[in-house]
Amino acid sequence: MIIEHAVQIFAFVILTLMTLGGGLAVVTSRNLFHAALFLILSLAGAMGYYVLLDAGFLAVVQLLIYIGAISILILFSIMLTRGLMMPGQVQRNEQWWIAALVVFLTFVVLVVTMWQTVWPIADTEALRAPNIAIAQLGAALVGPYAIPFEVISALLLVALVGAIVLAREEGNQPARADAETGE
Amino acid sequence: MEALIDWLVTTFPPLSEGLARFIVYVLYSAILAFVAPVIIVVAYTYMERKVLARIQDRIGPNRAGPLGIFQGFADAIKMLTKEDVTPVCADRVVFNLAPILATIAAILVFAVLPVAPGVIGADLQAGILYVVAVGALSEVAALMAGWSSRNKFALLGAYRAVAQLIAYEIPIVLAILVVVMVAGSMQMSAIVAAQDVPFVLVLPVAFLIFLVASIAEIGRSPFDLLEAESEIVAGFHTEYSGMKFAFFFIGEYMHLFASAGIATTLFLGGWRGPFAGPDSWLGVLLGFIYFVIKTTAVIWVMMWVRGTLFRIRIDHLLDFAWKFLVPLGLILVVTVAVALKLPVIGTSGLRWVALLVANVVTALLMMLSVSILARRSRSAALREVAGVE
Repeated sequence: MIIEHAVQIFAFVILTLMTLGGGLAVVTSRNLFHAALFLILSLAGAMGYYVLLDAGFLAVVQLLIYIGAISILILFSIMLTRGLMMPGQVQRNEQWWIAALVVFLTFVVLVVTMWQTVWPIADTEALRAPNIAIAQLGAALVGPYAIPFEVISALLLVALVGAIVLAREEGNQPARADAETGE
Repeated sequence: MEALIDWLVTTFPPLSEGLARFIVYVLYSAILAFVAPVIIVVAYTYMERKVLARIQDRIGPNRAGPLGIFQGFADAIKMLTKEDVTPVCADRVVFNLAPILATIAAILVFAVLPVAPGVIGADLQAGILYVVAVGALSEVAALMAGWSSRNKFALLGAYRAVAQLIAYEIPIVLAILVVVMVAGSMQMSAIVAAQDVPFVLVLPVAFLIFLVASIAEIGRSPFDLLEAESEIVAGFHTEYSGMKFAFFFIGEYMHLFASAGIATTLFLGGWRGPFAGPDSWLGVLLGFIYFVIKTTAVIWVMMWVRGTLFRIRIDHLLDFAWKFLVPLGLILVVTVAVALKLPVIGTSGLRWVALLVANVVTALLMMLSVSILARRSRSAALREVAGVE
């Protein structure tokens, strides 16, 4: 039991170093691509927390969405920017003080929230049955949370359609593409 | 696994159950991470060369050892002794990390692969979702390799690789979704347990989608545009040599075996077969043998495809994913959902028939609409060429 606890603490320290160090490196590294890679490291650390908390499903989803989808998208768009191959990028522009203000306010809000919330701690026996947890998650998505769930899917659909509309070049369309879509 | 832990505890009394579990799982992961890659790469490169040679009416490797079975070892030694070249301008850390990550991404899949009754690294509740998620790491590895090489062909290859991986991930997920709906679980062991009838017999369309999309996901011919020599040299690993290239190679073959293993688990009943079961050592061994045979059969089909079909063009590749496989998968998900919820069926054998009918109907509908659309677009193109409105 003591060994298990020690391993957990050790893993927590490593993950924290990954998450915080990675996050710090994201903002300090002068190379955009490196920053994106450090972001992946940081997100992987957050995934590790979920594993430590026995929330396997959340960990997998974190990996799938944040590392698999969002980071890839970031890497892709970074590779399309100018000056990528140059080591020194300018890290701030004239709006830095607005950003600093927002960061400070967010920090204050987060700290106050963490201080004032009474965190419910589920008993460990309930957490040992994660299969039920996934089933409950699914039931909740089609039960009490059905409407938010549907709203989110509608939002995503709108975003998808919007992206296609934006990417589609009007007027400059080759005739072959029209023929292909059967219009 | 559990039986082995019990055996350890009873044979060596000072061992506590937790420690025995720890030892067993560490040994299992060591086998997966160090022994399995060597065996898989050597065995399946040999098989691939032999199969391709036979398809092309050649003999294939026949010098190293009887029937050339030591060819793989000879290749491995050659790889190890090659000079390790790093481009001057390369981003060293990222350049060296990329092949490691590519191999890790492939090996991680093995953690949830039920290779025999009761033998599985981690029987996660979200098992199959984990497989999809880990696939994302190989995209990161490809991008890292392509970018850090400071080579335009490598960069283009990485773009292609990621475009292809993203495009074909969706059909894979849709095919997996169908299986998950029928099995009622994402847990690998539960999916195997649900296959009283191998799913390939009742969900043939889902199996085909999965197979085609996984061939694309591994980047094998006819989807090997990532390393189309005539267009982009060798894709994202153009600048890699020696052992670092070998790591990509190992990753590729591990990925091949993992994908075939997942196909086996999802559609061919995994380790299931006559007399296989978790109760006796013999049953476990038989289950493992069945699993390897089925997986090898899937790999053989992939090699057959590689030896038969030509490489397709990049726009055809993406069109095929987005305009054919994804709609087909979506329609299949809907029809299977309807077939599963038909009121008369329940859980009897009729269920399987309904699923099969749903699959066949979906396939026919899709083929029909594709042929109509294709004919229309072809006649439109012809009219354009002829200048007739």
